Amino acid sequence: MTSLLTAEGLYKSFGKTNALDGAGISIREGEVVAIMGPSGSGKSTLLHCLAGILPPDSGTVTYRGRDLTGMNDGARSELRRTEFGFVFQFGQLVPELTCLENVALPLRLSGMKRRDAERASKEWMARLEVDTVADQRPGETSGGQGQRVAVARALVTSPKVVFADEPTGALDSLNGERVMHLLTTAARETGAAVVLVTHEPRVAAYSDREVVVRDGRSRDVEFVR
Amino acid sequence: MSIGHALLGLLEGGPRHGYDLKRAYDERFGHDRPLHYGQVYSTLSRLLKNGLVSEAGVEAGDGPERKRYAITDAGVTDVERWLGTPEKPEPYLQNTLYAKVVLALLSGRSATEVLDTQRAAHLTTMRELTRRKADGDLADQLICDFALFHLEADLRWLELTAARLDKLAEEMAR
Ligand SMILES: Nc1ncnc2c1ncn2[C@@H]1O[C@H](COP(=O)(O)OP(=O)(O)O)[C@@H](O)[C@H]1O
Ligand SMILES: [Mg+2]
Repeated sequence: MTSLLTAEGLYKSFGKTNALDGAGISIREGEVVAIMGPSGSGKSTLLHCLAGILPPDSGTVTYRGRDLTGMNDGARSELRRTEFGFVFQFGQLVPELTCLENVALPLRLSGMKRRDAERASKEWMARLEVDTVADQRPGETSGGQGQRVAVARALVTSPKVVFADEPTGALDSLNGERVMHLLTTAARETGAAVVLVTHEPRVAAYSDREVVVRDGRSRDVEFVR
Repeated sequence: MSIGHALLGLLEGGPRHGYDLKRAYDERFGHDRPLHYGQVYSTLSRLLKNGLVSEAGVEAGDGPERKRYAITDAGVTDVERWLGTPEKPEPYLQNTLYAKVVLALLSGRSATEVLDTQRAAHLTTMRELTRRKADGDLADQLICDFALFHLEADLRWLELTAARLDKLAEEMAR
């Protein structure tokens, strides 16, 4: 299968720190790829560059033949909103909204009517087994529930790629496994690729393959152009 | 732990007597379990028979302890293959993995590659267990989890060792 998202020769420094030092990776449609490596090795920076959140100092990021690094900000955030989904370590849900409103938010931002958005969101919350907390605010839910709400929000737009940075980092192992099981099952059913940053081997075991990052360099053995 | 491979790896530094080999092995790998002379000589005679070592001179006197052994080309190939092949992921591998790392460093081969090869093998097994867990009942899940936690401990050690290779090489060079 051809590559969906490819990064080549990425360099990124923060002051004197070379966070990325020639990193490359290739993500194919529908695959779950774990980005592993020690803390500070550049995993999150690589994910941010791949997702068009952070511009690299040099190198290219290509999504379906389009060069992300050459796009203007507007086009890039449009792409992020329509094609990508995001889950971070701490759900980053809007505390003032209910969980249902949080899940529906990306659809509302795309102009979908409230009723339609909430209907689709409820379905996703049921799939992630958090429909019971639909009317609660994020602060009233447990950590595991909050992360599953965040996963529902990431998937509700039917993205082609879900970026997850240490999505289980703040959870105990049982809740972490539940999040991983539900996330990867849903992604596989919908054909979304998952780029999963984790330093935990048991979390990485939910992936199809792993790419190891060390000192800002990645080693993607299955690099395909 | 493969004593034969460890002895071969130590012989890559140059020919040695049997007692010399035992000392080198015990110093590096035999902390809790030093080798018996009998083990050393029976291993060496097997390696000799398989053409992996050759006799490299005999000192005056008699008895096996007078012989010096040298690694052959076939022996080097054998060490090479051993280092390049991941161990079957299972708990309590530490002795073998540690020996592989040390011998790779001693011989100027890539210890990172040894660790990476092992990591990939471990993760492959962990993926199978994770899939089995998803399809299984609670008993399956608990059994798989037991194995998964042990394999994860190995992997954490691999990671930590990878981060300390420079330091280990430095200490060994002293
Ligand atoms: N915004 C930033 N400002 C300064 N340094 C940063 C920033 N983001 C990352 N770094 C540095 O870059 C390196 C790689 O960071 P990161 O990609 O977050 O690593 P990882 O996710 O693997 O832990 C680290 O040394 C980190 O301190
Ligand atoms: Mg990070």
